Amino acid sequence: MNIHEYQAKALLKGFGMPVLDGRVVRSPDEALVAARTIGGPIVVVKAQIHAGGRGAGHFADDPGGKGGVRLARTPDDAQQAAVAMLDSTLITRQTGPAGRVVRRLYIEAGCEIARELYLSLLVDRATGRIVIVASQDGGMAIEDVAAATPERILKEAIDPATGLSDYQARNLAARLDLHGRSIRAFTTVLRAAYEAFVSLDAAIVEINPLVVTGSGDLVALDAKMSFDDNALFRHPELEELRDENEEDPREREAARHGLAYVGLDGTIGCMVNGAGLAMATMDIIKMEGEEPANFLDVGGGASRERVAAAFRIVLSDQKVRGILVNIFGGIMRCDIIAEAIVAASRETGLRVPLVVRLAGTNVERGEEILSRSGLKIIPASDLGDAARKIVAAVRAEGVA
Amino acid sequence: MSILVHSDTRVITQGFTGAQGTFHSEQALAYGTKLVGGVTPGRGGETHLGLPVFDTVAQACAATRVDASVIYVPPAGAADAILEAIAAGVPLIVCITEGIPVLDMVRVQQVLHRSDSLLIGPNCPGIITPGECKIGIMPGAIHRPGKVGIVSRSGTLTYEAVAQTTAVGLGQSTCVGIGGDPVKGMDFTDVLERFIADPDTDSIIMIGEIGGTSEIDGATLIRDSGTKKPVVGFIAGATAPPGRRMGHAGAVITGGHETAAAKIEALRDAGIHISASPALLGRTLLDVLSGSF
Repeated sequence: MNIHEYQAKALLKGFGMPVLDGRVVRSPDEALVAARTIGGPIVVVKAQIHAGGRGAGHFADDPGGKGGVRLARTPDDAQQAAVAMLDSTLITRQTGPAGRVVRRLYIEAGCEIARELYLSLLVDRATGRIVIVASQDGGMAIEDVAAATPERILKEAIDPATGLSDYQARNLAARLDLHGRSIRAFTTVLRAAYEAFVSLDAAIVEINPLVVTGSGDLVALDAKMSFDDNALFRHPELEELRDENEEDPREREAARHGLAYVGLDGTIGCMVNGAGLAMATMDIIKMEGEEPANFLDVGGGASRERVAAAFRIVLSDQKVRGILVNIFGGIMRCDIIAEAIVAASRETGLRVPLVVRLAGTNVERGEEILSRSGLKIIPASDLGDAARKIVAAVRAEGVA
Repeated sequence: MSILVHSDTRVITQGFTGAQGTFHSEQALAYGTKLVGGVTPGRGGETHLGLPVFDTVAQACAATRVDASVIYVPPAGAADAILEAIAAGVPLIVCITEGIPVLDMVRVQQVLHRSDSLLIGPNCPGIITPGECKIGIMPGAIHRPGKVGIVSRSGTLTYEAVAQTTAVGLGQSTCVGIGGDPVKGMDFTDVLERFIADPDTDSIIMIGEIGGTSEIDGATLIRDSGTKKPVVGFIAGATAPPGRRMGHAGAVITGGHETAAAKIEALRDAGIHISASPALLGRTLLDVLSGSF
């Protein structure tokens, strides 16, 4: 689960992270009040969307104009910036061409910047440990730094038995060319990030940039956090940070039914059991010359209701011109799948060709249920056969 | 023969009396797996499926020889169940549970590396040596005893490989589903080195997916081993968009080495025969074995 910058900063501040004074606002009038309250010679107006690259992005209604992070020298400037940004669509290199509608802004105090560093924590698969990633090249996309100058990326793994040790922070500070009071300040920053990561089961904590001020203090100028979905059950307080506007409604509906769904841009809807087989089914559709409309894993022990919900979600996608159901029943029984498909097809009305490939447990009974249903369902004998048949069926419809 | 499990492997189930534990223990018994008991805290002394129930893994291990444990405990308690099995000295631990928090597995892995136990999973279908021992949730009926070793991150894609190798008249020595989580027990290299050394495994199918780089490590191991055993590979997720998690917690592209294309290239460089389609795993292996690939 992802959260907004202002939410991440509030959480991190609770663990001792130095952040600037700021207010979240939802209207230009609130922006005016917030800018007045914060005061100072300058405030920053920052669009809150779940995507990076906001400053370098542009708004859909103003392609050549300013991005999603703007400086305001007066409260009136802040109000005007809010008028331009709120309810407009911000496009960045992470949003894709569709962009995201800006519904919240963060008004934050200005800050004097001497240097910009990069800091993040995440779980490294290779070592099975939390790893700290740091660089002197803050303020840019870390993937670009890693590609161009890998030697400027510093990494430090944390032993789960001991947790973060202060000497690790001091060593990193030295390698980041920090001196004097900045060394202790860096230790505070790193400890806050680590404690937040472990306490909240984060998937990533990223501070980019981590600013060094002229006096040697450190400030988290931007912050990104996302959380391990598998651990949300022990952090019910995080649920209220969820912003449903930032989530695909189909993915949210799927998650409600315990389904893993990812919307894509193609025309062939897929319903599969198992993540690997679901990806392989997408791949084989592409090999046959068409594009998948979605990834959908109904899981191992899905109930009839869950399968029916999955089928409805696929059918509700208006781009879908054909559906491929591919089930290899292990725990999943093919007769249950077949009954659910028949029920959901009758309920929603089958407007596109449907190819069903069943294999494994109770496959004969499943196929019998499908053939007796009277529905126009195209049976397939194996994965390759299924992909060829759905592509042929969609193309035949297209011609007609 | 086989790797890791065989007809004499003595198995216990953790989470024995729950719905999942009961169902799959019944299936294992029907398959012929030497299940010798199970663990459910608070139910010690009872009998379930005709077998003794223990309160702790340590009690089970004190009462009888235990070679392997299979875990069907829900996510919140699954990491603890793995730690309990490690502490009791169970040689092989198979964790089926999906949805364990990553930081729980970070802690488990450190303890695991200091122990003599092996872990398969979590979030996996388990391990089977056809005709001898089935530990996990795979449908037993699609397997045939044979000489193909299969290792995969995906459950149902493993079933595809099994069904296809069975259909073309080959069978399997052992099939290992290593699971779809980012932090886990045995990885490709751990299973592949055993297949390479196993005199009764003549060929290998390895099935990977996007995310991480462990397929590349596996490919390097195969190349460096100099093995003459033919290896067929497939990587799922060529059409998956970067940055999106595709069901499995570990199936997300976060860097250039984690794409299907990068992994396929690494496998090819190691002399692994790439199956062009997930529907051609069995056919590709048969062609390689008959020298026509």
